[in-house]
Amino acid sequence: MVFWQILIDGFAISSLYALGATGFALIFGVSGVLNLSHGALMVAAVVAAWAAGNDLHAGPYAGAALGVAVGFCATMVTYFAIVAPLQNSRKIREEEKEIFILTATLLWGIMIQQLIAFFYTDNAKTVAPIVAGVIRITGVRTPANEIFTAIVCWLVIGLLWLLVNRTRAGKAVLAASMNPRGVTLLGIELSQIYIAVWAIYGVLVGVAGVLLGMFLGVSSYSVGPLTASAFSIVVLGGLGSVSGALIAAYVVGYLETITAYLISPAYRTIPALLLLIVVMYIRPRGLLGRR
Amino acid sequence: MNKLIKHGVSAPTFMALTASAALVALAFATPASAQSNEPIKIGVIAEATAVAGSSIPQAAQLAADEINAAGGVDGRKIEIVSYDNHSSAPESVRAFQRAVNEDHVNAVIASYISEVVLALQPWTGRLKTVMVTPGAASDVITQNIAKDYDHLKYTFHGYATSTSIADATCAAAKDLLVGQLHMQSAVVMSEDAAWTTPLDEEYVKCLPGIGIKVLDHIRFSPDTTDFTPIFNKIEGEKPNVILTGISHVGVQPTVQWKQQEVPIPMFGVSSQATNSSFWNDTNGATEGVLYQGFSGPDVAVTPKTLPFVTAFKAKYGNNPSYCGYTAYDEVYYLADAIKRAGSTDSDKLVDALEKTDYVGTVGRVQFKGKDSPNPHALKIGEGTITGLMLQWQNGKQVNLWPLNVANGKLKFPPFIKVGSAN
Repeated sequence: MVFWQILIDGFAISSLYALGATGFALIFGVSGVLNLSHGALMVAAVVAAWAAGNDLHAGPYAGAALGVAVGFCATMVTYFAIVAPLQNSRKIREEEKEIFILTATLLWGIMIQQLIAFFYTDNAKTVAPIVAGVIRITGVRTPANEIFTAIVCWLVIGLLWLLVNRTRAGKAVLAASMNPRGVTLLGIELSQIYIAVWAIYGVLVGVAGVLLGMFLGVSSYSVGPLTASAFSIVVLGGLGSVSGALIAAYVVGYLETITAYLISPAYRTIPALLLLIVVMYIRPRGLLGRR
Repeated sequence: MNKLIKHGVSAPTFMALTASAALVALAFATPASAQSNEPIKIGVIAEATAVAGSSIPQAAQLAADEINAAGGVDGRKIEIVSYDNHSSAPESVRAFQRAVNEDHVNAVIASYISEVVLALQPWTGRLKTVMVTPGAASDVITQNIAKDYDHLKYTFHGYATSTSIADATCAAAKDLLVGQLHMQSAVVMSEDAAWTTPLDEEYVKCLPGIGIKVLDHIRFSPDTTDFTPIFNKIEGEKPNVILTGISHVGVQPTVQWKQQEVPIPMFGVSSQATNSSFWNDTNGATEGVLYQGFSGPDVAVTPKTLPFVTAFKAKYGNNPSYCGYTAYDEVYYLADAIKRAGSTDSDKLVDALEKTDYVGTVGRVQFKGKDSPNPHALKIGEGTITGLMLQWQNGKQVNLWPLNVANGKLKFPPFIKVGSAN
C-alpha cells in the first residue's frame, strides 16, 4: 500500500519538477543564463491564475490560460528588460556578464515577490483544479488532478522534444546549445535563437506554475525554494543538460517522497540536498553534464 | 565640582558640560500646556502583507479615528504610527527601537507571531515601553513576565495563550464532537512553532478528559508544501477527527485535504480560516472546516462586535481578521488606561492596564494579576472571554458554539464520513 502510494505521489511531484527544471536547463544550455527569478515567474503565473478565478470570475480553463499567459509575458519581460540589455552591454566586460545577469535576475525575482506580497498578500494561493474528484489506483485514493498534472507535464515535455528534434528552428536551438559560434558561422542570428528559447521557457514556466498552483499551491514565500529546487535539480542533472535535468527531477522527487513517507515529512528535502553534495564531490559536472 | 576637577576634568570643559546639560534639560522641559495638546502616539508593528496581520494597523487606525472623533483622550488625539515587520523578528526589533527612540511612541501594539513578540519582550523592559500583542499565543510570553516581573511588566498579552485556546477548543469539542457526533478518537496535527508547543500539550491533556482518545500527535515543519504523506499517515490511524494547530500554514493543507478527499473532519485552531478571504484563497476547499475563534463576522459576542465589523467593512472593504478585533480593543483600553493614569508614563500605564475592566469586541477584557503563573494574560472563561467554534459553510463563517450565540448547525461535505471510523 505504502509502496503504491510512494510510486504514484512520487511520479506526480517528479513530473512537475521535471517540467519546471527543463526550461531552466534549456536557457542555461543555450544562452548560459542562470535565471534566479525562475521561482518568482512561476509564482506570478499562479497568482494570475488565482486572481483570474477570484477577481474576474473566470472559469478554470480561462484562469489557467491567463496564468500561462502571464507566466509567458513575465518571462519575456525578464529577457528583454533584464537579461538582454546586460548581454548586449558594451560597458560590462564579457567575463563579468554572467555574474551581472545572476545578480540582476535575483533582484528582479525579489522585486516580483515583493510586488505580489504587496498586492495579493503573502498567504498561499491555489488555482482551482480543472479536474476535481478522486480515482482509486490499486487501492490508493488519488486526486484526479494529480494524474492530470503528470499527463500535462509529459505532453509538454514530449512537445518540446518534438520541437527540438524534428523542426528546423528546434535543431538550430539544439545546435546553439552545443556550439554557439558554429551556429553563427552557419548564418543563423544568435539573438533570434535566444528569443526563441526564452519564449519556449516562458511557456514552460507558465504551465509548470499553474500546475503547481493546482497541485500544491504557492505563496510569495515559495519564490526562493522554487528557484533553489530548480537550481539543485539542474546542477544534479548536469548544468545545461535537459535529459540530465529530467532524470535528476525524478531522483529528487522520489527521494523526497520516500523520505516524507518512510522517515518524516519534516525531513523531506534533506536527503536530496545531501545527495547533491555527494554528487558535487564525486562528479562535479552532474549526472549527464558536458562541462 | 571640586571632586570632578580633581578627577581630571578641566574647569572650561566642566563649564561647557554644564552648559550643554542645561540646554538638554531645557529642550526636554516642554511647557505643560504644549504637553497636553500633543497627540498620544501608539506604534503598531505588524505583518502588514499577511492576511491576518494586515487587519492590525487597519483596526487600530479605525479605533483611533473613532476616539479622535469623540474628542480624543482628555483633548489629546491618538496617532497611530505603523511599521511593517515583514513577519521578521529582527525587523520588528529595529521597528520597536525606532518607534521608541525616534518616533517617541507612548505604547506599542505588536504582531500575531509569538516568535516576534518574544524577541520584542526584552526590549519592552530595556526601553520601558508598554507593548500589547493582539494575536501571539505562546504561553512563554506571560511565563517570562512571572520570572522577571520588574523588568518585563511592560508586556501585556492581549490575546489568549495557547493553553487557554486549547481549553476553549476542548470545551467546544465536548459539546459538538462528543455530545452531538459521539466521537471517541483524534489525531493532533500541528505546525512546529513556539505557540503550538503549549497548545499540543494541553490538547493531549484535556481531550481524554472529555472522552476523546489521542491516537497520535504529528508536528510538521511550517515550510511543508505537500501534505499528502501527513494525511495518509493520519488516515491509516483511523481517528474520528483531526485536531489542528495551524496558523503559518492554512491554505495548502486545507486545499489538499479537499483534493485528496480525506474523510476525516478538521477541528481546532486554523488561524487563516478566520479570514473572510479564506474561501477565495482555497477556492472553496474550506467547506466544512471547523475552527476556534474569539470572533466571527455575524456573531454578536458583545454589543460592540457587530458595529465594529460594519465600520471596518465600510472603511476597508473586507472583514477584520482575528487580530483585527483585539487590536481595535487594545487601542480603546490603552486610551482608557492613559486616561485613568492621567499620564503616558510607562510605569503608571502598567498600573492602570493591570486594573483594566473593559468590554470590547471579543468579550470582557481583564488581565491576570502579578501573582498568577501567567501575569498579564487575558482571563478566559465564562464571565470574561469564552471563545467560539465556527465552521465554513457555503462561503460563510457560521458560528456553532457556544449554543447561545450559535447561528447554524454542523454540516460536512459529502467526502467526510462522520462516525464511520472506529
